[in-house]
Amino acid sequence: MSENARSTDIILAGVGGQGAVLASKLLARAAMGRGLPVKTAETIGMAQRGGSVFSHVRLGEGAVSPLIGRGRADAIVAFEPAEAVRQLSFLRPEGMVVTSDAPVVPVSAATGGPAYDLPVIMSYLRERVGEKNLAVVDAAAAQAALGTARALNVVLLGAAARGGALGPVTLDDLAAAVRATVSPRFLDLDLRALSIGPANWGQSPNSSKLGTVPN
Amino acid sequence: MHREFLMGNEAMAVGALAAGVNVVAGYPGTPSTEVLEAVAGRRGEGVYVEWSVNEKAALEVAAGAAYAGARALVTMKQVGLNVASDPLMSLSYIGVKGGMVVLVADDPGPISSQTEQDTRTFAAYAKLPILDPSSPTEAYAMMGEAFDLSEELGCPVIVRPTTRVDHGYEDVEVADPEEWRVNEPEGFVRDPSRWVIFPALSVRAHAAIERRDAELAKRFSSYARNTVAQTAGPDAVPRLGIATHGISATYVAENLSEKDDVRVLRVATPHPFPEPLAADFLDGLDEVLCVEELDPVIERALVATCGRRGLTVKICGKLTGDIQPSGENTVESVGRAIDAFLGREVADEPAPAGSSPRAVSQPRSGEDCLSTEKNPPAPPTLPIRPPVLCAGCPHRASFYAVKRAMRGRKTLFCGDIGCYTLGNAAPLDMVDTCLCMGAGINIAQGVTHVEPDTVAFAFVGDSTFFASGITGVVNAFYNQANMTLVVLDNSTTAMTGHQPHPGTGRTMMGQVVEKVSIERVLLAIGLTVVETVDPLDHERAVETVRRVADEPGVKAIIFRSPCVVLARPKATSVVDVEKCVGCQRCVRELGCPALVPDSATGRVRIDSAQCTGCTLCEQICPTHAISGGERL
Repeated sequence: MSENARSTDIILAGVGGQGAVLASKLLARAAMGRGLPVKTAETIGMAQRGGSVFSHVRLGEGAVSPLIGRGRADAIVAFEPAEAVRQLSFLRPEGMVVTSDAPVVPVSAATGGPAYDLPVIMSYLRERVGEKNLAVVDAAAAQAALGTARALNVVLLGAAARGGALGPVTLDDLAAAVRATVSPRFLDLDLRALSIGPANWGQSPNSSKLGTVPN
Repeated sequence: MHREFLMGNEAMAVGALAAGVNVVAGYPGTPSTEVLEAVAGRRGEGVYVEWSVNEKAALEVAAGAAYAGARALVTMKQVGLNVASDPLMSLSYIGVKGGMVVLVADDPGPISSQTEQDTRTFAAYAKLPILDPSSPTEAYAMMGEAFDLSEELGCPVIVRPTTRVDHGYEDVEVADPEEWRVNEPEGFVRDPSRWVIFPALSVRAHAAIERRDAELAKRFSSYARNTVAQTAGPDAVPRLGIATHGISATYVAENLSEKDDVRVLRVATPHPFPEPLAADFLDGLDEVLCVEELDPVIERALVATCGRRGLTVKICGKLTGDIQPSGENTVESVGRAIDAFLGREVADEPAPAGSSPRAVSQPRSGEDCLSTEKNPPAPPTLPIRPPVLCAGCPHRASFYAVKRAMRGRKTLFCGDIGCYTLGNAAPLDMVDTCLCMGAGINIAQGVTHVEPDTVAFAFVGDSTFFASGITGVVNAFYNQANMTLVVLDNSTTAMTGHQPHPGTGRTMMGQVVEKVSIERVLLAIGLTVVETVDPLDHERAVETVRRVADEPGVKAIIFRSPCVVLARPKATSVVDVEKCVGCQRCVRELGCPALVPDSATGRVRIDSAQCTGCTLCEQICPTHAISGGERL
């Protein structure tokens, strides 16, 4: 089966304002650069005000609907661990998860709503996804390395591509999309962001392409 | 032609421009807003675009343009159509000369709306043709088809995307600007027998509409986007059929393969319903499942088709409980319904009973597909993330000032439509009612006629004030109400993405214009107490509320402070850990997302990435532990 005859289905999850929609556009452009048709569905509107947001990104001829069915996503790229767990029911068996380790604690957790229990959330992720299919991005280390928290979305996508979580989309495709879309001011930053984060995970040969990303 | 990665709303904007649209008007509302914004961003010299004060005004502007032979587009969300319904119902009888497309975005779920009304039903009520796209690509093409049809029939045509088409992105093949049609309007030709509605005209028009719709039902049966297909090929003789539409058609396609033996009807023109095509579809079938979102429009039409033609086909769907009666469909909700309908082995998943309309964005705990285990471990309790007012939002300060000023008194706080509806959340809890655009003012009035001892407030945003608040103030003033109008003026239409309005002094054509002054409007109505105050000046705001609320009659406070999403913070606040005693008064009373309590010490930290330096927490901290902010 050619890569065009099926679909690669990826969910990007986060909290309003974290850049999930921007990341889905970058991923879509990377896939289009490889000649794949793309469909995405976004959360726009009321949910943006600090709410949970998601993007469904579907790559390939096999995608008809913009939404991914439950249990059918190949990968989840999460900007925030609790949001990874919230979307977990969409992941297929053996699906892959890349998540930032930095929680965004909502107001509700301080004003009587359910608490944010990070250790429990992380151990649940590890247990359900399995170490092999899970990459945890150290957000603080990424911020220290890049000098800003702005490029976390690119770090996550880079880590996902390296683990093979983005199907046919490679680091090179992402780098090309970054070059085509990012303003010169942030270009170097975003290209560097692609090259940090977990490398030795997943099942993909893409990790060998790390060296092709300019630093 | 070229390929572009476009949001459905952008694709429809380009479709309108490619069809030679001359005039575009609308009022912002999720999920429709980006259509007009994309027109404004991509339009050529000759295209006029405006954000109107409300949907009724927008539709009338478009109608006037179409009277003069222009191609006109009007955009709105589904509840906006209620506002525009008065001119639209009559326009259906009067008709247009230039092509006119009424783009109405429906919101199954609902995700960002008050109602789950179905514009397909509205189209039948208004007796207007309606097109129902399934994808951004199709929505793009339908815009041109709708303009052609409108011009040919001499009536407005409705195009009705839903949220997943509006906000879905796709790589779409679109015309280059050089390929766009150029439409030179003839101008308005005076003819009172055509443009002035009187009962005699309406008698003739109604009869002509009914004849036209009967003809369109036949004609739409050969419209290429109304389709009948068979999963097992054209030679199969299936006994089961599925009828669907819009985005649900893609969910149906995701859940069928050539191994199934089903005939599928896809209806792109729910009104006039393509009955001859539907009869062909029904021929030889025993049973049909109608997979629809919102109203059972196709289901009812098929039941009627069977009745009229004496067909014995069982029609299932929402009315028989086989499809969820409300809420948004999903790939899996449709999959479960099709599994049951075809008698396929049902996946080991929880029953759809009580399935949440928000199932897509908020999967329920326990629905875990990662393993085939019967009882996977229960997921941990997750924090909940209801939408909240942004850190530093001036609305928080306004609500908090009124709350403090009125502590201990019998009060009523009527809210309205906008970001400030979020003032309902804990810990502010300052929205007692919210109905529809502008309603809060006269609801406050109505309650006080029953309970005169209640101190009544109506909160309304600046854009909502212009959209439909002014008539409410006139009514309350004229009828001697006793209430306080609170205008939350952040000088933008924030909730839908910061559109300009009459108070901003900017138009969508890029002009800088005279601002319409809210104060002067209120003074002109006759109010004598109209006070403008910065809500972030907390003590002064509280004092103003106390004083104004005790004045007789209708009086107004304008809380003016810019939306923090647009303004750049000057300096952020910091907590002096030596002074913070961990009382968490700031967290408990304000609920600002930038205030983060430490679970171990109880002391509060300020998230500098979110803080805008509004200083509200600085002003209420009992130990003066917070400082460094600077008000905008």
